[in-house]
Amino acid sequence: MHIFKNPNFDFIRWKWHAIALSWVIILIGAIGIWTKGMPKGVEFSGGTIVIVKFDQQPDLDKIRASLPGGGANAIVQQYGDPTQKQVMIRVHSAGAETGAELSATADQVTKSLGQAGLAQITGHCLNASATNCIAGTEIIGPTVGQELQSRGIMATVFALAGILVYIALRFRLSFAVGAVVATVHDLLITFAFLAFFRYDLSLNVIAALLTITGYSVNDTIVIFDRVRENLRGMRRDNIDHVVNVAVNQTLSRTILTAGTTLLSVISLYFFGGEVLHGFAFTMLVGVITGTYSSVFIAAAIVIIWQGRRPLKGQPATPVTAAKPNRRRAS
Amino acid sequence: MYKNLRWKLLTIVVVIAVFFTVGVYPLMADHFHWPLPAALKAHSLKLGLDLKGGVQLELRVNTDDALRITTTSTSEQLRDSLKNSSTQYGTITVTAPTTFRVEGVPQDRDSAFRTAADEIATNYDRNPQGAGTYEFRMKPTVERDLREQAVDQTLQTIDRRVNELGVTEPQIARQPQNDQIIVQLPGVSDVAHAKDIIGKTAILEFKLVEAGPGTKDDLLKQYNGTLPGDMEMVPGSATTAGEPASVFYVVRKIATVTGQDLRLAKPGLDENNQPAVHFELKSAGAQKFGKLSGENIGRYLAIVLDNRIISAPRLEGRITDQGRISGGFTAETANDLALTLRSGSLPASLTYLSETVVGPSLGADSIRAGVIASFVGLLLIMAFMLIYYKLSGINAIVALVANLVILLGLMAYIGAVMTLPGIAGFVLTMGVGVDSNVLIFERIKEELAAQRGVRAAINAGFSRVFLTLLDTHVASLISALFLFQFGTGPIRGFATTLSIGLFVNLFTSIFVSKALYEFELSKRQVPALSI
Repeated sequence: MHIFKNPNFDFIRWKWHAIALSWVIILIGAIGIWTKGMPKGVEFSGGTIVIVKFDQQPDLDKIRASLPGGGANAIVQQYGDPTQKQVMIRVHSAGAETGAELSATADQVTKSLGQAGLAQITGHCLNASATNCIAGTEIIGPTVGQELQSRGIMATVFALAGILVYIALRFRLSFAVGAVVATVHDLLITFAFLAFFRYDLSLNVIAALLTITGYSVNDTIVIFDRVRENLRGMRRDNIDHVVNVAVNQTLSRTILTAGTTLLSVISLYFFGGEVLHGFAFTMLVGVITGTYSSVFIAAAIVIIWQGRRPLKGQPATPVTAAKPNRRRAS
Repeated sequence: MYKNLRWKLLTIVVVIAVFFTVGVYPLMADHFHWPLPAALKAHSLKLGLDLKGGVQLELRVNTDDALRITTTSTSEQLRDSLKNSSTQYGTITVTAPTTFRVEGVPQDRDSAFRTAADEIATNYDRNPQGAGTYEFRMKPTVERDLREQAVDQTLQTIDRRVNELGVTEPQIARQPQNDQIIVQLPGVSDVAHAKDIIGKTAILEFKLVEAGPGTKDDLLKQYNGTLPGDMEMVPGSATTAGEPASVFYVVRKIATVTGQDLRLAKPGLDENNQPAVHFELKSAGAQKFGKLSGENIGRYLAIVLDNRIISAPRLEGRITDQGRISGGFTAETANDLALTLRSGSLPASLTYLSETVVGPSLGADSIRAGVIASFVGLLLIMAFMLIYYKLSGINAIVALVANLVILLGLMAYIGAVMTLPGIAGFVLTMGVGVDSNVLIFERIKEELAAQRGVRAAINAGFSRVFLTLLDTHVASLISALFLFQFGTGPIRGFATTLSIGLFVNLFTSIFVSKALYEFELSKRQVPALSI
């Protein structure tokens, strides 16, 4: 079975269109974030999440109204399967960071549910079948939120730098730049989608973003490896052609792997439960743009960076790729 | 040609069997209630708090408290020594956790003062600040050590208290490089009680009462407005919890006997059959207590807990090695106090920075969702590979299943923790892992299209993509490692699962997959490859 029998698309011709399209998406995302802000999960913003399990389906609006301050900045939503009658209440503040005061806000929330006559919450659920109790809480003070936020940014930056260095060592610099630009591109596009669909930036989403960093580079490496291999037989051709051939040769593989990864991400998205929703959505967007960027963006950047000069045979760094390949092939 | 093949296949079968026994069988046994040997049970896959339910508390040790206690006690020792050598001074005040000031040392007593200070305040730098005034500042190395000690000691105390609470497999870990501690209590639901037990400073002191009880103003009047330097005002226990105390006592600043002298504390009843806490003292403590009580018969002794007086009974006679604390306890509070006293006091107060509770239903829901997502993902990918690669798809499926089995087995064996994001990493490993096979198969197809023989095509397919695979795996590992470095519990689980999955995948996609092809080729002369 083949998706493409000897594909021969001229991807490089479309490079400027692709770059323009990406910029449009990124700009829309940036405007969205600029005007509405990037929604942050409780781990980063600090605050209180209380998940309450009721004995009957509660009215979300009534819950919101019962909250301190009329629930102005609160998020109240169904949590998990509707049959479980679970509601997540998130308020953007936590108790003071002195002694054991941190949970004061959470206590206030459950108390106000009782005062509004919704349900008398007896405390934390002691077993899986208990109702009118707190199924879970997450209370994050500002200190931890700040710390995690800066660590998240650091991790992403370092991961990108690490990959840049690795690819620069294994390939030539222009390839590394192409790979990293493509990866940054994927992160920005994913951010744009996250902002557009109002997904909270949470720890899980950061994990997904970093996975995308690794994943997106994978596709790019496969294509670049092929470029490097082809260079040996196509020294006279200009780089546009060499790259385009490589992209076409690996096209089936690029699409197939995106396909298999999407299968696993889709099963996570639909069956993985409430907590992994943001993760799965981020991966979904990331896998698709990662594939798109490997084909359209990474290669284009290499060509733009390199100019129209033919790539002369050997890579700039002493790479071990050429010889062992031959030896092992026999 | 394939003389090593038998060994390769044997290796593969043994490896899969071993990891299946360690990683997968215990999970199945748990679910289907099959018998499980204890040795395997001890090694079975560990679940994170987000899956098994429980409480996670992140707290900061306020190490300033410990420094202030040390500084106060040093300044009090200096005061005592000056008094004994009848060296006059104006005032001694603790100005910060690490500094105290002495003012008004007369010119002619300056050298005597310096001698006393040199002897006692060895851990402090002495800075003269004008006539007769000195500031003592704790040496930076001492300060650092004390802060370290305070955090370590807190960690140990919390550990003891949590064990007394009877929590199974608690995790108490220090955050590297700072004064934060993470406490994980699996299966605990009564968060308020756990927090109360963990966070209670439980500094117990016995101090002689100089005046009181009375209101603040009345007591101050007795001393013409200012208390002598060696005395302090301590609030009595309030009638209702949380209310500010209305009654105060004036007591000696220095406690002769403290909680550190305790050998034992247990809940019991007092003479009126009210709940109380019985204690016994170590021999050194008993001596001090005997001397204190013997010399002060008829006076009142304040029992001070965390700077609040629980009760101030009259010393009726000499008490040595045991006693009783009573004063408005319920059975539960007496029990809690005994527990905290037994486990020792905290050197500093604690501040809660984050608090996560995963109830039993949430954890179970997550496991269920994770398992369903894993099976759906696995089935989808298997179906896809079979349809697209026909019989070669079976090869990929065997490699994939081997990958997952070894991943679970390795995680169980090395004691890595499976978390909910870890399950996501597990599901992703399927999608990404099968990628290696796709890469190899596509290459084989290309080689076949270039009119190579089946055997040559397979060999070329594997060897040509090897370096590509290495590159892609290293790039993914780089991001996984940074993720591990940055992440807390659940995210670490994800990074661990993903990294181990990548390593194992190199083995299964190259070694296992190739051996399977070789096996196929060795049996008969295959004219065409089903791919």
